[in-house]
Amino acid sequence: MAAPAITRPTSVSQNGHGPDTQVDNHRLARNAGMPLDLGIIEEVQANRSAIERRADTLSKRRTVKKEWQAAWLLRAITCIDLTTLAGDDTPGNVLRLCAKARQPVRGDLLDALGVANLGLTVGAVCVYHNLVSTAVEALQGTNIPVAAVSTGFPAGQNPLPLKIAEIEASVAAGAREIDIVISRAHVLTGDWQALYDEVRAFRAACGEAHMKTILATGELATMRNIARASFVCMMAGADFIKTSTGKESVNATLPVSLVMVRAIREYQERSGYLVGFKPAGGIRSAKSALDWLILMKEELGDDWLRPNLFRIGASGLLTDIERQLEYFVTGHYSAAYHQPMV
Amino acid sequence: MTATAARPPSKVAQIFETMEYGPAPESAKPALDWIAAHQPFGLFIGGEWVAPGGGTYTDSANPATDKSLAKIGQATKEDVDRAVAAARAAFPSWSATPGHVRARYMYAIARHVQKHSRLLAVLETLDNGKTIRETRDIDIPLVARHFYYYAGWAQLMASELKGYQPLGVVGQIIPWNFPMLMLAWKIAPALAMGNTVVLKPARYTPLTALAFAEICREVGLPAGVVNIITGEAGTAGEALVNHPDVDKIAFTGSTDVGRHLRRRTAGTGKKLSLELGGKSPFVVFDDADLDSVVEGTVDAIWFNQGQVCCAGSRLLVQETIADKLTEKLKARMEKLRIGDPLDKAMDIGAIVSPTQLQEITRLVKIGVDEGATVWQPSWSCPTEGSFYPPTLFTNVSPATTIAQVEIFGPVLVSMSFRTPAEAVALANNTRYGLAASVWSENINLALDVARRIKAGSVWVNCTNQFDAASGFGGYRESGFGREGGKEGLYEYIRPTWEQSGAATDEVEEKPSRVHASQNGRANGHTTQNSKLKTQNYQIDRTPKMFIGGKQARPDSGYSMTVHNPKGEQIGEVGEGNRKDIRNAVEAAHAAEGWANTYGHNKAQILYYIAENLAVRADEFARRLQQQTGVSDADTRAEVEASISRLFTYAAWADKYDGRVHSTPSRNVTLAMNEAIGVLGLACPDDAPLLAFVSMIAPAIAMGNTVVVVPSQAHPLSATDFYQVLETSDLPAGVVNIVTGPREALAKVLAEHEDVDGVWYFGSAAGSKMVEYESASNMKRTWVSYGHQRDWRDAAQGEGEEFLREATQVKNVWVPYGE
Repeated sequence: MAAPAITRPTSVSQNGHGPDTQVDNHRLARNAGMPLDLGIIEEVQANRSAIERRADTLSKRRTVKKEWQAAWLLRAITCIDLTTLAGDDTPGNVLRLCAKARQPVRGDLLDALGVANLGLTVGAVCVYHNLVSTAVEALQGTNIPVAAVSTGFPAGQNPLPLKIAEIEASVAAGAREIDIVISRAHVLTGDWQALYDEVRAFRAACGEAHMKTILATGELATMRNIARASFVCMMAGADFIKTSTGKESVNATLPVSLVMVRAIREYQERSGYLVGFKPAGGIRSAKSALDWLILMKEELGDDWLRPNLFRIGASGLLTDIERQLEYFVTGHYSAAYHQPMV
Repeated sequence: MTATAARPPSKVAQIFETMEYGPAPESAKPALDWIAAHQPFGLFIGGEWVAPGGGTYTDSANPATDKSLAKIGQATKEDVDRAVAAARAAFPSWSATPGHVRARYMYAIARHVQKHSRLLAVLETLDNGKTIRETRDIDIPLVARHFYYYAGWAQLMASELKGYQPLGVVGQIIPWNFPMLMLAWKIAPALAMGNTVVLKPARYTPLTALAFAEICREVGLPAGVVNIITGEAGTAGEALVNHPDVDKIAFTGSTDVGRHLRRRTAGTGKKLSLELGGKSPFVVFDDADLDSVVEGTVDAIWFNQGQVCCAGSRLLVQETIADKLTEKLKARMEKLRIGDPLDKAMDIGAIVSPTQLQEITRLVKIGVDEGATVWQPSWSCPTEGSFYPPTLFTNVSPATTIAQVEIFGPVLVSMSFRTPAEAVALANNTRYGLAASVWSENINLALDVARRIKAGSVWVNCTNQFDAASGFGGYRESGFGREGGKEGLYEYIRPTWEQSGAATDEVEEKPSRVHASQNGRANGHTTQNSKLKTQNYQIDRTPKMFIGGKQARPDSGYSMTVHNPKGEQIGEVGEGNRKDIRNAVEAAHAAEGWANTYGHNKAQILYYIAENLAVRADEFARRLQQQTGVSDADTRAEVEASISRLFTYAAWADKYDGRVHSTPSRNVTLAMNEAIGVLGLACPDDAPLLAFVSMIAPAIAMGNTVVVVPSQAHPLSATDFYQVLETSDLPAGVVNIVTGPREALAKVLAEHEDVDGVWYFGSAAGSKMVEYESASNMKRTWVSYGHQRDWRDAAQGEGEEFLREATQVKNVWVPYGE
């Protein structure tokens, strides 16, 4: 009854891991950045209304059901930066977080889905500096990196030397990823050189650790500022650009994400480098995780459906995904208490 | 496609690697059950389902499979007669039903549309082939919105539209591209204003209209208020259009058919609104947000498979960014998904019919044959059903067929421009004028271009935005009349004093109110002045034509004598011919800058004309008396009324404001009253000065330039008048006066491809001629059908009706937000 599925082009890599002759070395290389190009910054356009229309229809134009939905949700799990960033964090709750990161879904569900052999884990565990060593220890024997928020997170109003020192301390403690915050003032005052220099310095301090730059989009006021800040951070060598700290009054939204992923695409066209994207803050439902995956697939392509180029900063999201997976397996709507808590 | 138990690697594990999309079908079962329970479908007449008189049923097919969906009754001429009779029978009580009660019915219809929204969406997708995303998220919600909106106007009619009455029985013919939405656009305003309706849905897509008939029954709408007849355009459609008891035809469809309907209804007195084809420009400047532009093209030309009358099908791109945009477009097109329209994750569904598919294929081949470069995505279309891939043409010039012809498919043609002026010129290089889209982050540029493009809807940084509160309709050969907004109401009402239909017993036109022309004699050629009666031998006075601000002799070299009521010759005027009209139209075009003159300045000139007329009031009164023989008091009253009328339109010149419509979200929709352009005005013999002034003044007050054919019997007031104009600072060419045989000159005006509108106040036969000939370029017409208008009565001789006829509404959508 249904029309035959269309043939999709296969010339572009559909596959984020394993050798692929189509992928040139540049694309696999880490973003080295480029000199600050103010021309790009000046010509940036971002029409809010048009962006909101696209964001609004994206998740109405695409959906995944049944097996596809289950598979996509599993994929979403691999992209989660399982996060706790609270004043009352202690080694106790971080250990619990790490245990969940190793075993994000109940074994019986994985068996039923036929994916027990995938070795499913989340993308990373994300904590404050003080808990990095605890997390690193807890994740020994896995390939799950620990990410540390840094540089005076969340407001970033610390002296630059302290920010650099904070990065270095986290790297020394074993963090393989550093989520830095930018100085919003540089964006709001249009001091792109200062922003570039700052992020460059952070990147140098990160060394081998991958750097995610948090734009705190809720504090950047306009879509154009968000696009400009995205470009400056990528030129300065960001491995990922990230929407929010989770502490702003408005955090990850699809329209803002659309602006950022379009900047990633443009940057790739200009530099050849693939930069990752991380929405964070307020993503709590399985449905919204799918919306972001659809955004990545549609705007950037399948390369951005893997944890090397896509992360979702979240904590409660995982439980909702588990509930949906249980529903798919059993046909019964699930309860949160069926899932081992984070 | 069958779900299998997990076995390594499980299906989920495979998809986990490929991250492909899977099928996401909306179930067709409830809709198919509904069809099965109802078919074969009869006609909905007088609140009942009746079998078609001829007993003939044809198939309505699902374009996604090309298989039959339902058996549909084919109405005969007799069926149409019955439907019109039912509507006529229902009209007296429906039109007398209080607005509030009509509002309740319409509110109930809106609610029922919402209650059955998914059934209607699935039916529409099955019948038309458009995607379920569109029917679910766009078509059906807009249907409900339309009935809510016009329920409001039913409620407000008595207070907000004083002095207007419903038309009567309205015949409505709608196309297949938005079957139920077009039904709503037609039926909602008609019912709100107290009309009754006979609607014929398109042959390909009758199902949602039939479901709507069921809704009418559910809400208890009085029998006969809405009648729905299915069938062929050539039979049922023609019968409806030709029916003598139909007061108005509203049509949406192709320009060719619209032209046919204009000719068919010419002179009948049936009101006509036409929403026709387009080749709408999609203009992209180098400072636009290009990624958003790309999504704009998806909404413009890949929405509803491009089968959209206002589709942005001509992409005009600033040269500096053309290549970049082309690459972005191709990348985006590669990601479009085409297939089962009931799949919720499809962008493009099926073309409505194999015939339409062939037509698209044919036009694309012409494009290729003419040397344009065609590009389509690498993926292939489904082989079953009628599907056509998104298509981009580059290397296109305006001379290419595909740049001019409406393809009505998912085919975008791209051209480049160098400057804003060239963008406007390219945008306007078309017979059509339905819509346009302008993309720039510079509001100065965007609004300037929006103003200069000749189109009924202009979307700034967006496209294909629709809302019941905004008018929609064309300039030029995209038709006339507006649907939506308050402006859409006037298509379904007329002034309470106005008679309907054409004058049936054609009587000799009365040259003046009090004194009919003696023995109806026409003015003949003269070659000498010997018959001029003079007491003293006066200096010869030769009234000329007035063209481009200059007095001009007639091209023919002939003059016509002018007589007084006693048959005595009182003067001569030039006998204008087609070349004089040609020259006058060119002069009128040369003066088009008048449209952009500040309203205050237009007012100043109109006041000045009035002032200069007042100075010569005695002379004009004498001239009226000389020509018509009416009493001194009457002629003085006519001059005074003319002065007053000039004041009226001087007053209006800076006050006939547009509106800002309340459309969704962060957006202003500016409904701007724009001049129509060059208007031809054929004046009646009655009130030779007052009627002349009553027609010129509103036309120029609204920014039109005019070619006037004054009263044939009494032209001397008009020829005297150009001396008033000459002393009143009126720019050359704004008013041009061509004397001579009115019917012949009006015909030249009606046939002229570069005249935008004709007003004709004269005989029924002349009215028919004007309407008929106007079809060649679909110019706007306003004719009297042989009825007399009392020019001395302000209710009939002046006011908003004149201003409305002198303008067309352009709706400019401007979303905002940084």
